[in-house]
Amino acid sequence: MSDLASFFLTYQSLFSFIGLNSLLALSVYCTLCCGQLSLANAGFMAIGAYAGALLTQNAHAPYALALLAGALVPALVAVPLGLPVLRLRGVYLAIATVGFGEVVRLGFVNWSYTNGALGLVAIPQKTQPWMIWLALAVVMFALARLRGSRAGYALEAIREDEPAARSMGIPSTRYKLSMFVAGAAIAGLSGALEAHLTYMVAPNGYGFSRAVDMLVYAVVGGDAVFYGPVAGAAFLTVLPEALRGAARTLGLSPGPLRMFVNGAILLGVILFLPNGIVSLPRTLRALRLRKASRAALG
Amino acid sequence: MWQQAINGVFLGAIYALFAVGYALVFGVLDILNLAHQAVFTVSAFVALAFVAGGSMPLAIAMPVALLAAGLIGIGLERVAFRPLRGRSDSNISGLISSLAAATILEAVALQIWGPDVRRFPQGTFPDKPLSVLGATVSALQLTIIAVSVALMAALTALLRATRLGRQIRAVAESPRAARILGVDVDRVIAWSFFLSSALGGAAGVLFGVAFNSVSPDMGRSVELKGLAVIILGGMGSIAGAVIAGFALGLLEVLTVVQLGSSWRDAVSFGVLFLVLLVRPSGLLGKAAIREA
Repeated sequence: MSDLASFFLTYQSLFSFIGLNSLLALSVYCTLCCGQLSLANAGFMAIGAYAGALLTQNAHAPYALALLAGALVPALVAVPLGLPVLRLRGVYLAIATVGFGEVVRLGFVNWSYTNGALGLVAIPQKTQPWMIWLALAVVMFALARLRGSRAGYALEAIREDEPAARSMGIPSTRYKLSMFVAGAAIAGLSGALEAHLTYMVAPNGYGFSRAVDMLVYAVVGGDAVFYGPVAGAAFLTVLPEALRGAARTLGLSPGPLRMFVNGAILLGVILFLPNGIVSLPRTLRALRLRKASRAALG
Repeated sequence: MWQQAINGVFLGAIYALFAVGYALVFGVLDILNLAHQAVFTVSAFVALAFVAGGSMPLAIAMPVALLAAGLIGIGLERVAFRPLRGRSDSNISGLISSLAAATILEAVALQIWGPDVRRFPQGTFPDKPLSVLGATVSALQLTIIAVSVALMAALTALLRATRLGRQIRAVAESPRAARILGVDVDRVIAWSFFLSSALGGAAGVLFGVAFNSVSPDMGRSVELKGLAVIILGGMGSIAGAVIAGFALGLLEVLTVVQLGSSWRDAVSFGVLFLVLLVRPSGLLGKAAIREA
Protein backbone atom coordinates (compact mmCIF):
# COMPACT_ATOMS: atom_id res chain seq x y z
CA MET A 1 0.00 0.00 0.00
CA SER A 2 2.73 2.46 0.90
CA ASP A 3 4.48 1.51 -2.34
CA LEU A 4 1.39 2.47 -4.28
CA ALA A 5 1.08 5.74 -2.35
CA SER A 6 4.69 6.69 -2.96
CA PHE A 7 4.28 5.79 -6.63
CA PHE A 8 1.40 8.25 -6.90
CA LEU A 9 3.34 10.93 -5.02
CA THR A 10 6.39 10.54 -7.26
CA TYR A 11 4.39 10.74 -10.44
CA GLN A 12 1.74 13.19 -9.25
CA SER A 13 2.70 15.92 -11.69
CA LEU A 14 2.89 13.40 -14.52
CA PHE A 15 -0.68 12.35 -13.75
CA SER A 16 -1.79 15.97 -13.70
CA PHE A 17 -0.27 16.51 -17.12
CA ILE A 18 -1.96 13.38 -18.44
CA GLY A 19 -5.26 14.89 -17.33
CA LEU A 20 -4.53 18.30 -18.85
CA ASN A 21 -3.34 16.85 -22.13
CA SER A 22 -6.41 14.64 -22.24
CA LEU A 23 -8.61 17.71 -21.89
CA LEU A 24 -6.68 19.42 -24.69
CA ALA A 25 -6.99 16.35 -26.89
CA LEU A 26 -10.74 16.27 -26.25
CA SER A 27 -11.00 19.93 -27.19
CA VAL A 28 -9.57 19.03 -30.60
CA TYR A 29 -11.85 15.99 -30.75
CA CYS A 30 -14.87 18.29 -30.48
CA THR A 31 -14.20 19.69 -33.94
CA LEU A 32 -12.66 16.52 -35.39
CA CYS A 33 -15.78 14.50 -34.59
CA CYS A 34 -17.73 16.56 -37.08
CA GLY A 35 -14.95 16.36 -39.66
CA GLN A 36 -13.40 19.78 -39.08
CA LEU A 37 -9.65 20.11 -38.62
CA SER A 38 -9.18 23.18 -36.44
CA LEU A 39 -5.83 24.28 -35.06
CA ALA A 40 -7.27 27.23 -33.13
CA ASN A 41 -7.30 25.53 -29.74
CA ALA A 42 -3.82 26.61 -28.67
CA GLY A 43 -5.05 30.19 -29.14
CA PHE A 44 -8.17 29.49 -27.08
CA MET A 45 -6.01 27.86 -24.44
CA ALA A 46 -3.89 31.01 -24.28
CA ILE A 47 -6.96 33.22 -23.91
CA GLY A 48 -8.32 30.99 -21.14
CA ALA A 49 -4.99 30.87 -19.33
CA TYR A 50 -4.55 34.65 -19.44
CA ALA A 51 -8.16 35.33 -18.46
CA GLY A 52 -7.94 33.01 -15.46
CA ALA A 53 -4.50 34.13 -14.35
CA LEU A 54 -5.31 37.86 -14.59
CA LEU A 55 -8.42 37.33 -12.48
CA THR A 56 -6.67 35.50 -9.65
CA GLN A 57 -3.50 37.55 -9.78
CA ASN A 58 -4.80 41.10 -10.29
CA ALA A 59 -8.41 40.94 -9.14
CA HIS A 60 -7.91 38.28 -6.41
CA ALA A 61 -11.06 36.61 -7.63
CA PRO A 62 -12.08 33.23 -6.20
CA TYR A 63 -10.58 30.36 -8.13
CA ALA A 64 -13.90 28.95 -9.29
CA LEU A 65 -14.71 32.29 -10.92
CA ALA A 66 -11.30 32.37 -12.62
CA LEU A 67 -11.85 28.88 -14.03
CA LEU A 68 -15.30 29.87 -15.23
CA ALA A 69 -13.82 32.88 -17.01
CA GLY A 70 -11.08 30.66 -18.40
CA ALA A 71 -13.74 28.60 -20.14
CA LEU A 72 -16.20 31.37 -21.01
CA VAL A 73 -13.94 34.05 -22.49
CA PRO A 74 -12.51 31.81 -25.23
CA ALA A 75 -16.00 30.43 -25.89
CA LEU A 76 -17.23 33.98 -26.45
CA VAL A 77 -14.34 34.64 -28.82
CA ALA A 78 -15.10 31.39 -30.65
CA VAL A 79 -18.60 32.47 -31.71
CA PRO A 80 -17.68 35.44 -33.93
CA LEU A 81 -14.57 33.60 -35.10
CA GLY A 82 -16.37 30.38 -35.93
CA LEU A 83 -19.22 31.89 -37.91
CA PRO A 84 -17.10 33.03 -40.85
CA VAL A 85 -14.24 30.53 -40.47
CA LEU A 86 -16.33 27.36 -40.36
CA ARG A 87 -17.52 28.05 -43.89
CA LEU A 88 -14.03 27.00 -44.96
CA ARG A 89 -13.35 23.35 -45.59
CA GLY A 90 -10.45 20.98 -45.04
CA VAL A 91 -7.01 22.54 -45.19
CA TYR A 92 -8.46 26.04 -45.59
CA LEU A 93 -10.02 25.79 -42.16
CA ALA A 94 -6.76 24.41 -40.78
CA ILE A 95 -4.76 27.30 -42.23
CA ALA A 96 -7.23 29.96 -41.11
CA THR A 97 -7.16 28.62 -37.57
CA VAL A 98 -3.36 28.48 -37.60
CA GLY A 99 -3.51 32.16 -38.54
CA PHE A 100 -5.87 32.86 -35.64
CA GLY A 101 -3.57 31.07 -33.20
CA GLU A 102 -0.58 33.10 -34.35
CA VAL A 103 -2.53 36.37 -34.11
CA VAL A 104 -3.47 35.53 -30.51
CA ARG A 105 0.10 34.61 -29.65
CA LEU A 106 1.53 37.75 -31.25
CA GLY A 107 -1.18 39.84 -29.60
CA PHE A 108 -0.03 38.65 -26.17
CA VAL A 109 3.61 39.13 -27.16
CA ASN A 110 2.88 42.76 -27.95
CA TRP A 111 0.57 43.45 -25.00
CA SER A 112 2.58 45.30 -22.33
CA TYR A 113 -0.11 44.81 -19.64
CA THR A 114 0.69 41.10 -19.59
CA ASN A 115 4.49 41.63 -19.80
CA GLY A 116 4.74 40.85 -23.48
CA ALA A 117 6.81 37.85 -24.42
CA LEU A 118 7.81 37.17 -20.79
CA GLY A 119 4.21 36.56 -19.79
CA LEU A 120 2.78 36.33 -16.30
CA VAL A 121 4.78 34.76 -13.50
CA ALA A 122 4.16 33.85 -9.87
CA ILE A 123 0.54 32.93 -10.49
CA PRO A 124 -0.86 31.46 -7.26
CA GLN A 125 -0.85 27.69 -7.36
CA LYS A 126 -4.49 26.78 -6.93
CA THR A 127 -4.96 23.74 -9.13
CA GLN A 128 -5.33 20.49 -7.23
CA PRO A 129 -5.04 17.24 -9.18
CA TRP A 130 -8.65 16.34 -8.34
CA MET A 131 -9.87 19.47 -10.14
CA ILE A 132 -8.22 18.33 -13.37
CA TRP A 133 -9.69 14.86 -13.03
CA LEU A 134 -13.13 16.21 -12.20
CA ALA A 135 -13.05 18.44 -15.28
CA LEU A 136 -11.94 15.51 -17.40
CA ALA A 137 -14.67 13.29 -15.99
CA VAL A 138 -17.35 15.90 -16.69
CA VAL A 139 -16.17 16.46 -20.25
CA MET A 140 -15.91 12.75 -20.95
CA PHE A 141 -19.35 12.13 -19.49
CA ALA A 142 -20.85 14.84 -21.69
CA LEU A 143 -19.16 13.47 -24.80
CA ALA A 144 -20.20 9.92 -23.92
CA ARG A 145 -23.81 11.05 -23.61
CA LEU A 146 -23.50 12.76 -26.97
CA ARG A 147 -22.64 9.46 -28.62
CA GLY A 148 -25.76 7.71 -29.79
CA SER A 149 -27.92 10.77 -29.15
CA ARG A 150 -29.71 12.66 -31.90
CA ALA A 151 -27.02 15.33 -31.91
CA GLY A 152 -24.33 12.66 -31.94
CA TYR A 153 -25.77 11.07 -35.06
CA ALA A 154 -26.07 14.50 -36.67
CA LEU A 155 -22.38 15.15 -36.00
CA GLU A 156 -21.45 11.78 -37.47
CA ALA A 157 -23.51 12.52 -40.56
CA ILE A 158 -21.76 15.88 -41.00
CA ARG A 159 -18.41 14.17 -40.60
CA GLU A 160 -19.16 11.59 -43.26
CA ASP A 161 -20.78 13.84 -45.85
CA GLU A 162 -21.75 17.39 -45.05
CA PRO A 163 -23.81 18.25 -48.14
CA ALA A 164 -25.78 15.01 -47.72
CA ALA A 165 -26.35 15.74 -44.03
CA ARG A 166 -27.55 19.20 -44.87
CA SER A 167 -29.94 17.92 -47.47
CA MET A 168 -31.42 15.67 -44.77
CA GLY A 169 -32.31 18.82 -42.86
CA ILE A 170 -29.43 18.81 -40.38
CA PRO A 171 -28.44 22.40 -39.57
CA SER A 172 -24.75 21.69 -40.07
CA THR A 173 -23.51 25.22 -39.38
CA ARG A 174 -25.18 25.29 -35.98
CA TYR A 175 -23.74 21.90 -35.02
CA LYS A 176 -20.26 22.74 -36.23
CA LEU A 177 -20.31 26.07 -34.42
CA SER A 178 -21.53 24.48 -31.17
CA MET A 179 -18.70 21.96 -31.22
CA PHE A 180 -16.17 24.66 -32.13
CA VAL A 181 -17.33 26.72 -29.14
CA ALA A 182 -17.33 23.67 -26.86
CA GLY A 183 -13.77 22.89 -27.94
CA ALA A 184 -12.74 26.48 -27.22
CA ALA A 185 -14.25 26.31 -23.74
CA ILE A 186 -12.50 23.02 -22.92
CA ALA A 187 -9.16 24.31 -24.25
CA GLY A 188 -9.57 27.55 -22.28
CA LEU A 189 -10.44 25.67 -19.10
CA SER A 190 -7.37 23.49 -19.38
CA GLY A 191 -5.31 26.61 -20.07
CA ALA A 192 -6.55 28.20 -16.83
CA LEU A 193 -5.97 24.95 -14.92
CA GLU A 194 -2.45 24.63 -16.30
CA ALA A 195 -1.58 28.26 -15.52
CA HIS A 196 -2.46 27.70 -11.86
CA LEU A 197 -0.49 24.46 -11.79
CA THR A 198 2.77 25.67 -13.34
CA TYR A 199 2.59 29.25 -11.89
CA MET A 200 3.26 30.87 -15.25
CA VAL A 201 1.88 31.69 -18.68
CA ALA A 202 4.00 32.87 -21.59
CA PRO A 203 2.69 33.49 -25.11
CA ASN A 204 5.27 31.28 -26.78
CA GLY A 205 3.93 28.26 -24.93
CA TYR A 206 0.76 28.50 -27.04
CA GLY A 207 2.23 28.54 -30.53
CA PHE A 208 1.79 26.36 -33.56
CA SER A 209 3.63 23.41 -32.03
CA ARG A 210 1.24 23.35 -29.07
CA ALA A 211 -1.70 23.23 -31.48
CA VAL A 212 -0.03 20.38 -33.33
CA ASP A 213 0.65 18.48 -30.09
CA MET A 214 -3.04 18.50 -29.19
CA LEU A 215 -3.98 17.31 -32.64
CA VAL A 216 -1.42 14.52 -32.42
CA TYR A 217 -2.84 13.27 -29.10
CA ALA A 218 -6.30 13.08 -30.62
CA VAL A 219 -5.22 11.45 -33.88
CA VAL A 220 -2.86 8.92 -32.30
CA GLY A 221 -5.47 7.91 -29.74
CA GLY A 222 -8.23 7.76 -32.30
CA ASP A 223 -10.71 10.47 -33.22
CA ALA A 224 -13.69 8.22 -33.86
CA VAL A 225 -14.67 7.71 -30.22
CA PHE A 226 -14.47 10.03 -27.22
CA TYR A 227 -12.05 7.89 -25.21
CA GLY A 228 -9.54 7.74 -28.09
CA PRO A 229 -8.03 11.20 -27.50
CA VAL A 230 -7.66 10.43 -23.78
CA ALA A 231 -5.79 7.22 -24.58
CA GLY A 232 -3.58 9.10 -27.02
CA ALA A 233 -2.81 11.88 -24.55
CA ALA A 234 -1.99 9.39 -21.79
CA PHE A 235 0.21 7.30 -24.08
CA LEU A 236 2.15 10.24 -25.52
CA THR A 237 2.54 11.96 -22.14
CA VAL A 238 4.00 8.86 -20.48
CA LEU A 239 6.16 7.93 -23.46
CA PRO A 240 8.94 10.54 -22.88
CA GLU A 241 9.45 9.19 -19.36
CA ALA A 242 9.88 5.71 -20.77
CA LEU A 243 12.17 6.96 -23.55
CA ARG A 244 14.54 8.71 -21.19
CA GLY A 245 16.12 5.41 -20.20
CA ALA A 246 16.18 4.15 -23.80
CA ALA A 247 17.97 7.31 -24.95
CA ARG A 248 20.66 6.79 -22.33
CA THR A 249 21.35 3.21 -23.41
CA LEU A 250 21.37 4.16 -27.11
CA GLY A 251 23.64 7.14 -26.50
CA LEU A 252 21.20 9.58 -28.17
CA SER A 253 19.97 12.88 -26.82
CA PRO A 254 16.48 12.44 -25.34
CA GLY A 255 14.93 15.45 -27.12
CA PRO A 256 15.47 14.32 -30.71
CA LEU A 257 14.68 10.72 -29.86
CA ARG A 258 11.35 11.77 -28.36
CA MET A 259 10.53 13.83 -31.45
CA PHE A 260 11.54 10.98 -33.72
CA VAL A 261 9.41 8.43 -31.88
CA ASN A 262 6.44 10.82 -31.76
CA GLY A 263 6.69 11.41 -35.49
CA ALA A 264 7.09 7.72 -36.25
CA ILE A 265 4.09 6.80 -34.08
CA LEU A 266 1.95 9.47 -35.73
CA LEU A 267 2.97 8.31 -39.18
CA GLY A 268 2.36 4.66 -38.32
CA VAL A 269 -1.06 5.43 -36.89
CA ILE A 270 -2.21 7.54 -39.83
CA LEU A 271 -1.02 4.92 -42.31
CA PHE A 272 -2.05 1.69 -40.61
CA LEU A 273 -4.54 2.54 -37.86
CA PRO A 274 -6.73 5.37 -39.16
CA ASN A 275 -8.93 5.02 -36.08
CA GLY A 276 -6.05 5.34 -33.63
CA ILE A 277 -4.47 3.10 -31.05
CA VAL A 278 -7.83 2.35 -29.42
CA SER A 279 -8.73 0.43 -32.57
CA LEU A 280 -5.60 -1.73 -32.28
CA PRO A 281 -7.31 -4.71 -30.57
CA ARG A 282 -10.06 -4.74 -33.16
CA THR A 283 -7.61 -4.50 -36.05
CA LEU A 284 -5.51 -7.33 -34.63
CA ARG A 285 -8.58 -9.49 -34.13
CA ALA A 286 -9.66 -8.85 -37.72
CA LEU A 287 -6.19 -9.80 -38.93
CA ARG A 288 -6.20 -13.01 -36.91
CA LEU A 289 -9.66 -13.92 -38.15
CA ARG A 290 -8.59 -13.39 -41.73
CA LYS A 291 -5.55 -15.57 -41.21
CA ALA A 292 -7.63 -18.28 -39.54
CA SER A 293 -10.22 -18.29 -42.28
CA ARG A 294 -7.51 -18.49 -44.90
CA ALA A 295 -5.98 -21.46 -43.07
CA ALA A 296 -9.37 -23.14 -42.77
CA LEU A 297 -10.01 -22.75 -46.47
CA GLY A 298 -6.62 -24.26 -47.11
CA MET B 1 12.06 54.20 -49.17
CA TRP B 2 13.95 52.81 -52.16
CA GLN B 3 16.25 51.07 -49.73
CA GLN B 4 13.28 49.48 -47.95
CA ALA B 5 11.82 48.37 -51.26
CA ILE B 6 15.03 46.52 -52.09
CA ASN B 7 15.05 44.86 -48.69
CA GLY B 8 11.44 43.84 -49.23
CA VAL B 9 12.17 42.34 -52.65
CA PHE B 10 15.08 40.45 -51.13
CA LEU B 11 12.91 38.93 -48.39
CA GLY B 12 10.06 38.39 -50.82
CA ALA B 13 12.25 36.43 -53.23
CA ILE B 14 12.94 33.82 -50.56
CA TYR B 15 9.30 33.65 -49.42
CA ALA B 16 8.17 33.26 -53.01
CA LEU B 17 10.68 30.52 -53.74
CA PHE B 18 9.60 28.64 -50.63
CA ALA B 19 5.89 29.06 -51.30
CA VAL B 20 6.12 27.99 -54.93
CA GLY B 21 7.02 24.53 -53.67
CA TYR B 22 3.87 24.44 -51.50
CA ALA B 23 1.79 25.63 -54.42
CA LEU B 24 3.17 23.02 -56.81
CA VAL B 25 2.31 20.09 -54.55
CA PHE B 26 -1.03 21.56 -53.57
CA GLY B 27 -1.90 22.17 -57.21
CA VAL B 28 -1.15 18.57 -58.13
CA LEU B 29 -2.38 16.64 -55.10
CA ASP B 30 -4.59 19.04 -53.14
CA ILE B 31 -2.40 18.22 -50.16
CA LEU B 32 -0.71 20.73 -47.96
CA ASN B 33 2.79 19.38 -47.41
CA LEU B 34 3.75 20.64 -43.95
CA ALA B 35 7.05 18.77 -44.19
CA HIS B 36 8.18 21.36 -46.73
CA GLN B 37 9.73 23.46 -43.97
CA ALA B 38 11.74 20.49 -42.70
CA VAL B 39 13.18 19.93 -46.18
CA PHE B 40 14.03 23.64 -46.22
CA THR B 41 15.98 23.24 -42.97
CA VAL B 42 17.72 19.98 -43.81
CA SER B 43 18.83 21.35 -47.17
CA ALA B 44 20.42 24.39 -45.52
CA PHE B 45 22.31 22.05 -43.19
CA VAL B 46 23.46 19.89 -46.08
CA ALA B 47 24.85 22.93 -47.90
CA LEU B 48 26.54 24.07 -44.71
CA ALA B 49 28.05 20.64 -44.14
CA PHE B 50 29.58 20.61 -47.61
CA VAL B 51 30.87 24.18 -47.33
CA ALA B 52 32.19 23.97 -43.78
CA GLY B 53 33.11 20.29 -43.60
CA GLY B 54 34.03 19.55 -47.21
CA SER B 55 35.37 23.07 -47.90
CA MET B 56 33.47 23.23 -51.18
CA PRO B 57 32.49 26.53 -52.71
CA LEU B 58 28.84 27.39 -52.22
CA ALA B 59 28.25 27.28 -55.97
CA ILE B 60 28.85 23.52 -55.87
CA ALA B 61 27.38 22.83 -52.43
CA MET B 62 24.08 24.44 -53.32
CA PRO B 63 23.20 22.16 -56.25
CA VAL B 64 24.17 19.19 -54.08
CA ALA B 65 21.83 20.42 -51.35
CA LEU B 66 19.06 20.91 -53.89
CA LEU B 67 19.48 17.39 -55.17
CA ALA B 68 19.40 16.07 -51.61
CA ALA B 69 16.24 18.06 -50.92
CA GLY B 70 14.60 16.74 -54.07
CA LEU B 71 15.42 13.16 -53.13
CA ILE B 72 14.01 13.71 -49.64
CA GLY B 73 10.89 14.97 -51.38
CA ILE B 74 10.58 11.77 -53.39
CA GLY B 75 11.07 9.77 -50.20
CA LEU B 76 8.39 11.81 -48.43
CA GLU B 77 5.93 11.16 -51.21
CA ARG B 78 6.65 7.44 -51.08
CA VAL B 79 6.35 7.09 -47.32
CA ALA B 80 3.85 9.71 -46.24
CA PHE B 81 1.57 10.46 -49.18
CA ARG B 82 1.35 7.60 -51.65
CA PRO B 83 -0.12 5.08 -49.16
CA LEU B 84 -2.93 7.53 -48.37
CA ARG B 85 -3.95 8.14 -51.96
CA GLY B 86 -7.50 7.11 -52.64
CA ARG B 87 -8.59 7.47 -49.05
CA SER B 88 -11.66 9.66 -48.77
CA ASP B 89 -10.14 12.06 -46.24
CA SER B 90 -6.75 12.13 -47.93
CA ASN B 91 -6.31 15.89 -47.76
CA ILE B 92 -6.61 15.89 -43.97
CA SER B 93 -4.77 12.63 -43.34
CA GLY B 94 -2.09 13.82 -45.79
CA LEU B 95 -1.70 16.99 -43.78
CA ILE B 96 -1.25 14.95 -40.61
CA SER B 97 1.20 12.49 -42.14
CA SER B 98 3.24 15.40 -43.52
CA LEU B 99 3.35 16.77 -39.97
CA ALA B 100 4.65 13.40 -38.81
CA ALA B 101 7.29 13.38 -41.54
CA ALA B 102 8.32 16.92 -40.60
CA THR B 103 8.78 15.87 -36.97
CA ILE B 104 10.92 12.93 -38.01
CA LEU B 105 13.12 15.04 -40.30
CA GLU B 106 13.51 17.73 -37.66
CA ALA B 107 14.47 15.12 -35.07
CA VAL B 108 17.12 13.72 -37.38
CA ALA B 109 18.50 17.22 -38.05
CA LEU B 110 18.53 17.94 -34.34
CA GLN B 111 20.35 14.70 -33.57
CA ILE B 112 22.99 15.20 -36.28
CA TRP B 113 23.62 18.93 -36.06
CA GLY B 114 22.48 19.87 -32.56
CA PRO B 115 20.20 22.68 -31.45
CA ASP B 116 22.61 25.60 -31.85
CA VAL B 117 22.68 28.20 -34.58
CA ARG B 118 25.50 27.54 -37.03
CA ARG B 119 27.19 29.92 -39.43
CA PHE B 120 28.95 29.62 -42.74
CA PRO B 121 32.74 30.06 -42.50
CA GLN B 122 34.04 33.49 -43.36
CA GLY B 123 34.69 34.20 -47.00
CA THR B 124 32.05 31.73 -48.25
CA PHE B 125 30.33 34.52 -50.11
CA PRO B 126 31.13 38.11 -51.01
CA ASP B 127 29.70 40.73 -48.69
CA LYS B 128 30.99 43.83 -50.40
CA PRO B 129 28.30 46.52 -50.34
CA LEU B 130 27.30 48.03 -53.68
CA SER B 131 25.36 51.18 -54.30
CA VAL B 132 22.38 50.94 -56.63
CA LEU B 133 20.63 54.24 -57.31
CA GLY B 134 21.54 55.50 -53.86
CA ALA B 135 20.55 52.39 -51.90
CA THR B 136 23.08 50.06 -50.34
CA VAL B 137 22.83 46.47 -51.48
CA SER B 138 25.32 43.70 -50.99
CA ALA B 139 26.41 41.60 -53.91
CA LEU B 140 25.09 38.67 -51.91
CA GLN B 141 21.59 40.12 -51.77
CA LEU B 142 21.59 40.69 -55.51
CA THR B 143 22.81 37.15 -56.11
CA ILE B 144 20.09 35.74 -53.91
CA ILE B 145 17.40 37.69 -55.73
CA ALA B 146 18.84 36.63 -59.08
CA VAL B 147 19.10 32.95 -58.13
CA SER B 148 15.58 32.73 -56.79
CA VAL B 149 14.06 34.56 -59.75
CA ALA B 150 16.02 32.31 -62.11
CA LEU B 151 14.78 29.18 -60.34
CA MET B 152 11.18 30.34 -60.45
CA ALA B 153 11.53 31.22 -64.11
CA ALA B 154 13.02 27.80 -64.77
CA LEU B 155 10.07 26.13 -63.07
CA THR B 156 7.61 28.19 -65.09
CA ALA B 157 9.39 27.30 -68.31
CA LEU B 158 9.45 23.64 -67.34
CA LEU B 159 5.74 23.60 -66.59
CA ARG B 160 4.88 25.45 -69.76
CA ALA B 161 7.14 23.93 -72.38
CA THR B 162 8.30 20.45 -71.48
CA ARG B 163 6.57 17.11 -71.67
CA LEU B 164 6.88 16.63 -67.91
CA GLY B 165 5.43 20.09 -67.35
CA ARG B 166 2.41 19.31 -69.49
CA GLN B 167 1.93 16.04 -67.64
CA ILE B 168 2.12 17.80 -64.27
CA ARG B 169 -0.50 20.28 -65.39
CA ALA B 170 -2.69 17.48 -66.70
CA VAL B 171 -2.51 15.60 -63.40
CA ALA B 172 -3.27 18.82 -61.52
CA GLU B 173 -6.35 19.28 -63.66
CA SER B 174 -7.64 15.73 -63.28
CA PRO B 175 -5.55 12.71 -62.27
CA ARG B 176 -8.16 10.37 -63.66
CA ALA B 177 -8.31 11.97 -67.10
CA ALA B 178 -4.52 12.11 -67.19
CA ARG B 179 -4.33 8.41 -66.41
CA ILE B 180 -6.80 7.58 -69.16
CA LEU B 181 -4.63 9.53 -71.58
CA GLY B 182 -1.67 7.37 -70.69
CA VAL B 183 0.13 9.60 -68.19
CA ASP B 184 2.03 7.69 -65.52
CA VAL B 185 0.39 9.57 -62.66
CA ASP B 186 2.55 8.14 -59.87
CA ARG B 187 5.71 9.11 -61.71
CA VAL B 188 4.44 12.63 -62.36
CA ILE B 189 3.52 13.08 -58.70
CA ALA B 190 6.96 11.87 -57.63
CA TRP B 191 8.55 14.41 -60.00
CA SER B 192 6.34 17.18 -58.62
CA PHE B 193 7.59 16.34 -55.15
CA PHE B 194 11.17 16.35 -56.39
CA LEU B 195 10.79 19.80 -57.95
CA SER B 196 8.83 21.21 -55.03
CA SER B 197 11.33 19.99 -52.46
CA ALA B 198 14.34 21.07 -54.50
CA LEU B 199 12.90 24.60 -54.66
CA GLY B 200 12.14 24.51 -50.94
CA GLY B 201 15.70 23.34 -50.37
CA ALA B 202 17.02 26.19 -52.51
CA ALA B 203 15.01 28.63 -50.41
CA GLY B 204 16.53 27.06 -47.29
CA VAL B 205 20.10 27.44 -48.53
CA LEU B 206 19.47 31.04 -49.62
CA PHE B 207 17.79 31.83 -46.30
CA GLY B 208 20.72 30.36 -44.38
CA VAL B 209 23.19 32.33 -46.48
CA ALA B 210 21.15 35.55 -46.35
CA PHE B 211 21.03 35.71 -42.57
CA ASN B 212 24.16 33.60 -42.13
CA SER B 213 22.43 31.39 -39.62
CA VAL B 214 21.29 27.79 -39.89
CA SER B 215 19.37 26.16 -37.05
CA PRO B 216 16.99 23.20 -36.71
CA ASP B 217 13.98 25.45 -36.16
CA MET B 218 14.65 27.90 -38.98
CA GLY B 219 11.86 26.40 -41.05
CA ARG B 220 9.16 27.04 -38.48
CA SER B 221 8.66 30.74 -39.04
CA VAL B 222 9.03 30.46 -42.80
CA GLU B 223 6.45 27.69 -42.85
CA LEU B 224 3.76 29.95 -41.47
CA LYS B 225 4.79 32.79 -43.79
CA GLY B 226 4.61 30.36 -46.68
CA LEU B 227 1.02 29.52 -45.72
CA ALA B 228 0.13 33.20 -45.79
CA VAL B 229 1.76 33.49 -49.21
CA ILE B 230 -0.11 30.61 -50.84
CA ILE B 231 -3.41 31.73 -49.37
CA LEU B 232 -2.84 35.28 -50.61
CA GLY B 233 -1.73 34.04 -54.01
CA GLY B 234 -4.47 31.47 -54.37
CA MET B 235 -3.85 27.85 -53.34
CA GLY B 236 -2.12 25.90 -56.04
CA SER B 237 -1.37 28.90 -58.22
CA ILE B 238 2.35 29.20 -58.97
CA ALA B 239 2.15 32.70 -60.41
CA GLY B 240 0.01 33.73 -57.45
CA ALA B 241 2.60 32.40 -55.02
CA VAL B 242 5.36 34.38 -56.73
CA ILE B 243 3.41 37.64 -56.67
CA ALA B 244 2.18 37.10 -53.12
CA GLY B 245 5.69 36.21 -51.94
CA PHE B 246 7.09 39.52 -53.12
CA ALA B 247 4.02 41.37 -51.84
CA LEU B 248 4.41 39.85 -48.38
CA GLY B 249 8.13 40.64 -48.30
CA LEU B 250 7.45 44.28 -49.14
CA LEU B 251 4.56 44.47 -46.68
CA GLU B 252 6.69 43.09 -43.86
CA VAL B 253 9.51 45.53 -44.44
CA LEU B 254 7.02 48.36 -44.59
CA THR B 255 5.48 47.25 -41.29
CA VAL B 256 8.84 47.14 -39.58
CA VAL B 257 9.52 50.70 -40.76
CA GLN B 258 6.11 52.06 -39.89
CA LEU B 259 5.02 50.10 -36.79
CA GLY B 260 8.15 48.46 -35.40
CA SER B 261 9.58 44.99 -35.68
CA SER B 262 7.34 43.32 -33.10
CA TRP B 263 4.36 43.67 -35.44
CA ARG B 264 6.20 42.17 -38.38
CA ASP B 265 4.80 38.66 -38.06
CA ALA B 266 1.32 39.80 -37.15
CA VAL B 267 0.98 41.36 -40.61
CA SER B 268 1.29 38.11 -42.51
CA PHE B 269 -1.32 36.41 -40.35
CA GLY B 270 -3.60 39.40 -40.51
CA VAL B 271 -3.36 39.22 -44.30
CA LEU B 272 -3.90 35.45 -44.28
CA PHE B 273 -6.97 35.77 -42.14
CA LEU B 274 -8.48 38.62 -44.10
CA VAL B 275 -7.96 36.90 -47.44
CA LEU B 276 -9.59 33.70 -46.19
CA LEU B 277 -12.62 35.59 -44.98
CA VAL B 278 -13.02 38.03 -47.85
CA ARG B 279 -11.68 36.24 -50.90
CA PRO B 280 -10.78 32.63 -50.08
CA SER B 281 -9.66 32.00 -53.65
CA GLY B 282 -6.76 34.44 -53.22
CA LEU B 283 -5.36 36.69 -55.90
CA LEU B 284 -5.15 34.18 -58.73
CA GLY B 285 -6.78 31.01 -57.45
CA LYS B 286 -9.72 29.16 -58.89
CA ALA B 287 -12.91 29.52 -56.87
CA ALA B 288 -15.58 26.94 -56.12
CA ILE B 289 -13.68 24.11 -54.45
CA ARG B 290 -12.98 25.95 -51.23
CA GLU B 291 -16.38 26.20 -49.66
CA ALA B 292 -18.96 23.61 -48.90
